Amino acid sequence: MEYFLTYLWVFLVGGAVCMIGQILIITTKITSARILVTFVLVGVLLEACTIFEPIASVAKAGITVPIIGFGASLARGAIGAVRATGLIGAFTGGLQATAGGIAAAVGFAFLFGLIFKARTK
Amino acid sequence: MAKRQSIYFYNKPVISGSYSIVGPKEGQGPFGQYFDFVMENDLFGEKTYEKAERKMIEHVIKGAIKKSKVGADNINLILSGDLLNQIISSSYAARQFSIPYLGLFGACSTMAETLAVGAMLIDGGFFNNVVCSTASHFSTAERQFRFPLELGNQRVPTSQWTVTGAGACVLSKEGTGPRITMATFGKVVDYNIRDVNNMGAAMAPAAADTILTHFKDTKRTPDYYDLIVTGDLGKLGSEILLDLLEEKGLNLGTNYMDCGHVYFSRKQDTMCGGSGCGCSASILNSFIIGKLNKKEINKVLFLPTGALMSTTASQQGDSIPGICHAVVIENID
Amino acid sequence: MNAKERDLAYNKYVEARIPKTKAWPSLFNSFWVGGVICMIGQGASDLLLYCFPGMAEQTASTYASIFLIFLASLLTGIGVYDKIGKFAGGGSIVPITGFSNSIASPSVEFKNEGIIFGMCVKMFTIAGPVIVTGIVASILVGLIYLFV
Repeated sequence: MEYFLTYLWVFLVGGAVCMIGQILIITTKITSARILVTFVLVGVLLEACTIFEPIASVAKAGITVPIIGFGASLARGAIGAVRATGLIGAFTGGLQATAGGIAAAVGFAFLFGLIFKARTK
Repeated sequence: MAKRQSIYFYNKPVISGSYSIVGPKEGQGPFGQYFDFVMENDLFGEKTYEKAERKMIEHVIKGAIKKSKVGADNINLILSGDLLNQIISSSYAARQFSIPYLGLFGACSTMAETLAVGAMLIDGGFFNNVVCSTASHFSTAERQFRFPLELGNQRVPTSQWTVTGAGACVLSKEGTGPRITMATFGKVVDYNIRDVNNMGAAMAPAAADTILTHFKDTKRTPDYYDLIVTGDLGKLGSEILLDLLEEKGLNLGTNYMDCGHVYFSRKQDTMCGGSGCGCSASILNSFIIGKLNKKEINKVLFLPTGALMSTTASQQGDSIPGICHAVVIENID
Repeated sequence: MNAKERDLAYNKYVEARIPKTKAWPSLFNSFWVGGVICMIGQGASDLLLYCFPGMAEQTASTYASIFLIFLASLLTGIGVYDKIGKFAGGGSIVPITGFSNSIASPSVEFKNEGIIFGMCVKMFTIAGPVIVTGIVASILVGLIYLFV
C-alpha cells in the first residue's frame, strides 16, 4: 500500500510537471531547448527557496526525474558546498552534485553517436 | 524605360524533355505514379544526405537530357539551385558534367527562376539547349534549418514537410513540346512574418503580388489558364493567398492548385503539406509537363514561391522575405 | 495604410487563420508518458535500494538518473525516442530523458561532419543553454547563500 501511494504520487506529480511543459509548448510555441532551460531555472529557484525538499519527500522521482530535479541538484550542491567550504563552493558545488548526470549524458551520447546514424522519418 | 515585371518571349523556348525523382515517402503520396523515379532509400546509395541530394540533381539532369533527345553534347548550359548553403548540391552536381554552369538561388522558387533565365538566354539567341534543375531533401534541410532528426519534439500545425525530390527539364530553341511564352519576375515582399514554422504565411503576400502584377501586365483573367499552380505555400499559405487576392477582387477559380498542399495525403501527417525546391520542381517536371505533352491541359501559370531567409537572419530576429516568379507554359503548335 | 500598419494587420490575420489543434489529447499524452517515465526512475531507484540495502538513497537516485539517461540515448540512437516525443511532447522533453535526447540526437546526426567538429561541437547545440543557465544560476544561488 505504501509503495502504491508513493508510485501514485510519482506518477501524478511527474505527469503534472510534464503536462505544464506541454501547455507551455502549445501556448507559447517555444522550442524544447527553452522548455528545458525554463524548467532547470525553476528547479534552481525551488531549491534556493527551500521549497524543493518538501515536494521531493512526497513526490520523489515525480519531481527529481523532470529536469527540475537537475536544477535543484545544481543549487543544492552549490548551497551545500558554500556552507562547507565557503566561496569556492559556489563554483564547485553545482557541478559536483550533477556530474553523474552530465557525464552520463555526454558519455552515452558520444558512444551511441559513434554507433548509430540519423534516419529520415 | 517603364517599370516592367513581365516579359514575353519572341522565340518561345520548347521544353524538350523533363525528368523527376523523389524519395520513398513522396513516392507513396498522391502523385507517386507520375514521378519518373522513386528512390527506395533516400540516401540513394550515398554516405550522407547531402551527397544524396547532389546525386539526385545529377540524376535528373541526365534523365532530362536523355528524354529530350538533343544529345548531351548539344547542351550549352546548366542552370540550377537548391537550399543548402552556397547551393552546394547544384554546384557539386554540375561538377560531373563538362557543361558551363550558372548557380541560381531563389529558395523554393528556384525552378521558376531557372526556367525564366533559361528562356531568356535561348530567346536572346545565346544558347540552343539549356538544362534547368533544382532539388531539396528533407534530411538536409531539416538539419540545416531546424533540429536534429532524432530530437523528440512535436511539429507545429503550421509547419510543412520538406520534399525529398528533384526535377529538371531541357529548354531548347527548336523541337516539339510545350513552350515557355512569358515570365513575370517577382519583387521581394515582406509582411513581417517571423515564425519560421509558418513559411506559407510569409510567402503568400509575395505570391499575391506577383499574381496581381501578372494579370495586370497581361490583361488576362484567371480563366485564361487551365492550371494556375503555386509551389509550396501549403494548406494555410494557399488559403491565405486566396484571401489576399479576394481582397483585391481577384478569384483564381477552380483551376488553382498548390503543389505543397496536395503533395502528401492526409495520413502522411505532414501538417500543412510539402515544401522545398523539390516540391514544385518534381510536380512540374512530371505531372504538369506530362499533362501538357498529352494536351490534356494547354495553358499553365507556374508560380513557385520562395522564403529568402537564413537561420542566422531569423536568429537575429529578422522577418522572412518572400519571392514569387511566374512562368507561363503553353501548347501553341 | 502604411507598411507597418499593413504588416501588423497581416500578422493579426495570420494568427487568426492558424488551424487550432485540439489540446486535450496532447496534454493527456504528455501527462501519462511523463508520469510513467518518472515511475521508471522511481522503480530503478527502489530496486537498487532493495538489492543493495546499504546504498545511500542519493546514490541510488543518481544511478536511476544515469539509467534513464542511458535508456534515452539508446532509444535516440535506434530512432525510437523521436517517435515517443512526437506522441508525448512535453511528456518526453521535460524529464531528464529529454535532456539526454537533446545531447544524443545531434551527436548521432552530425557524425558525418567528423568526430571533433561534428559530434563533439554539435552535441551541445540544444543542451548547451540548459547546462550554462543551470550552472550560472547555481553559482548565483551559492553566492547568495554565502552572504545570507
